[in-house]
Amino acid sequence: MKHIKVLGSGCASCKNTMQLLEEVAQSKGVDIEIEKVEELQEIVAFGVMSTPAVVIDGKVVHAGSIPSRSQVETWL
Amino acid sequence: MRPSIHHFSRSNPYLFLGIAALIWFALYQQLLPFSEALVSILPLEPHSHLEGALQFFFYDTPKVLMLLTGIVFIMGIIHTYVSPEKTRAMLAGRQLGVGNTMAATLGIFTPFCSCSAVPLFIGFLQAGVPLGITFSFLIAAPMVNEVALALLFAMFGWKVAGLYLLMGLTVAIAAGLIIGKLGMEKYLEDWVRALQNTADSSAIENPNMAWGERIDEGFKHVAAIVGKVWPYIIGGIALGAAIHGYVPEAFMVSIMGKDAPWWSVPAAVLLGVPMYTNAAGVIPVIEALIGKGAALGTVLAFMMSVIALSAPEMIILRKVLKPTLIASFIGIVAIGITLVGYVFNLLV
Repeated sequence: MKHIKVLGSGCASCKNTMQLLEEVAQSKGVDIEIEKVEELQEIVAFGVMSTPAVVIDGKVVHAGSIPSRSQVETWL
Repeated sequence: MRPSIHHFSRSNPYLFLGIAALIWFALYQQLLPFSEALVSILPLEPHSHLEGALQFFFYDTPKVLMLLTGIVFIMGIIHTYVSPEKTRAMLAGRQLGVGNTMAATLGIFTPFCSCSAVPLFIGFLQAGVPLGITFSFLIAAPMVNEVALALLFAMFGWKVAGLYLLMGLTVAIAAGLIIGKLGMEKYLEDWVRALQNTADSSAIENPNMAWGERIDEGFKHVAAIVGKVWPYIIGGIALGAAIHGYVPEAFMVSIMGKDAPWWSVPAAVLLGVPMYTNAAGVIPVIEALIGKGAALGTVLAFMMSVIALSAPEMIILRKVLKPTLIASFIGIVAIGITLVGYVFNLLV
């Protein structure tokens, strides 16, 4: 079970990122829990400057763009 | 992208770029003869308004799209070298003046999306970038970007693009300097003030990317940007074509032309503040205004005001800035844009 957080203040890219994560997780049969973080103070606390950013099990793995499908596959 | 091409760009990136550049230039050279040939086979009266308008449309649309694609592609590759983290590390602890100039210039090259303006703002302050310098970056980044410059260059020539670049940098540098000099740190929201100088500014190093991957990023950037803005561009050119060659309306000239009353520049700036769209979105309006005889300084001031000052951005910034600072920010930038508008109306 992986805990994933998508950081971003509600722009379209953030939604696309979440969708991509869910799709890949489903196709690989990986059990994940996705949480959307929109609160600025919490986003800043991760030291992230550009959104959307992806946090897996407490670690920032990506920031600044929608990740590519192959990137997501290697994370899961 | 087809897998075979993709494979080629990975295994032979330099050759790929060379061939792509050659094809681009070869196509670009053919645009004018192509548009003339296309119009000549249409059943139109030679040298009519309609023929002129159509040729303008068939020539300008691919020209603008090709230039935009080329510049955005190069920018996508540059973005793999410049991250917000690196920019921040370069600006941390800089003096006012030099720092503002660097910040505004880096604003052109650093990837920036207005939806992440606030995390970026805080990230800069956390790493010890002074407030005035942070503002120079925040003003320049959305306003002076490759899309605005590429479109102005393609539609109105390098002089207009150069003027816009110069005006934009001047406003960003001067406004940041003034905000820095005024010592407005106390008008940051308290939780943001507490975060100032709390992080080290060590840059997160991009893992050494291969050239093939950088090319991929270039294509991704093209898909994201050009894929989003092309309808605006075609709309703008169609509008430009429709008024191409027709007599400018006396009304527009009288209120926005060179001999318009003194209030035309501030009025254009004020009109632009509540409006919000990206660079591509204002281009149709710019095209129409210039086509109707409006003065260049006035039009560029309007464009800057639309892009740089917007209600949604102010609402997001309200979370980190107290009203006094937001008001000063809007006031200083609006006055700056108005002044450069006047100056360019005088010079050009």
